[in-house]
Amino acid sequence: MAKVLVVTSGKGGVGKTTSTAALGAALAQTGEKVVVVDFDVGLRNLDLVLGAERRVVFDLINVVQGVAKLSQALIRDKRLENLWLLPASQTRDKDALTDEGVGSIIADLRSRFDWILCDSPAGIERGATLAMRYADEAVIVTNPEVSSVRDSDRIIGMLDSKTVKAEKGLRVEKHVLITRYDQARASRGEMLSIEDILEILATPLLGIIPESQDVLLASNVGSPVTLNNAASAPARAYVDAARRLMGETVPMVVPVERKGLMNRLLGRRAA
Amino acid sequence: MINLLRRFGGRTASAPVARERLQILLAHERGLRGQPDLLGLLRAEILAAVSRHVTLDPDKVIVRMDRGKTVSTLEVDIEVPNAFEGSLAAAG
Repeated sequence: MAKVLVVTSGKGGVGKTTSTAALGAALAQTGEKVVVVDFDVGLRNLDLVLGAERRVVFDLINVVQGVAKLSQALIRDKRLENLWLLPASQTRDKDALTDEGVGSIIADLRSRFDWILCDSPAGIERGATLAMRYADEAVIVTNPEVSSVRDSDRIIGMLDSKTVKAEKGLRVEKHVLITRYDQARASRGEMLSIEDILEILATPLLGIIPESQDVLLASNVGSPVTLNNAASAPARAYVDAARRLMGETVPMVVPVERKGLMNRLLGRRAA
Repeated sequence: MINLLRRFGGRTASAPVARERLQILLAHERGLRGQPDLLGLLRAEILAAVSRHVTLDPDKVIVRMDRGKTVSTLEVDIEVPNAFEGSLAAAG
C-alpha cells in the first residue's frame, strides 16, 4: 500500500529538499516506485537539486487546476527509472493550491506509486499545512540548534492536530531526522547532542546526517547526495534512514568521512 | 597553547544552556498550544458588553495580560468618545 510521507521542519534552510531528494533516491534504489512532490509554490528547488530543472513543463498547480494531466506533469529521473518528480509552480501564488485539489492528486498518486514524498515549504502557512495534510508519516528535519528544535516542536504539534489522520483520531507516524550534525562539537558540549534533541522533541529518531561538504557538491551538479557520492558519510546516513523507513532495523551510527592518506596529509577533502 | 587553555579551562559548554532554555520555552509554548485565544475572546466579549451601552471604536479597545511570577494582571484600556457623557446624562 502506498505511503504518503511529508518532509517538514518549520524552519527554512535545515535540509528538507536535500533530504527529500536523498531519501527518495535511496528508496527508489531499493526497487520501490517513488514520487517526490515539491509543495514550495513560488520557490521551487527540488527540480534543481534533482537536476531536472530544464525538463519542467507542467507543474502541481497545472494539475490541480486541470490544465494538465498528472501523467504530463510527472518527470522521470534520468538515473533511476523508479524515481519521479512532480514539480511546484514557480510563477503562481501558493493560494492556487486547494485542499480538495491536493487531496485528489495525492489519491491519484497513491494508485501509481509506493512512496509519495512531499517536500514541504518552510513556515506554517498554507503550503506547509497542505504538504502535511494527507500524510501517513512525517520526517521532521532538525538541525542541532535552538531555533530549529523549537520550530520542529511546533510542527510536531501541527502534525498531531491539523492532518487528516489526526482529525480522524489516528496518528501520523513521526520521525526526527537530524541533519548537519557535528559529532566532535557535540562531544565538546558546543552543540546540542542527539539525546538532548530526542528528549526535548519526544519523537523517535530516523537518522543522523553528519555535516558534510558532499551535500553542497551534490546539489551543485543536480544529483541526490546518495547518487552523487554513494560512499560519502551523508549518503550512507541517508541510505540507512531510507532502510529504516522501509521497516528494517539498522543500528544507529553517525557515519564518518573516509579520508585518503594524501588528502589527510594535505588537510583537504577529495572533491 | 591559548587554544589548549580555552579547551580545558575557561570555556564552559554551551549545549546544556541551549537545552535548558529550550525545555523552559517549550514547556510554556506547549501549554499555550491548542487553547483558544484567551485575550481575543476577552476582548470580543468586553467590546460586546460595553457596546450595548456606548458606541465604541473597536480599535480603541485594548486588552493586555502581564504574567508575573506571583501575580498576573489583566489590563483593559477602552477609549470612549466624548459624546459618551452626553449620552450617559440623557440616559440618567
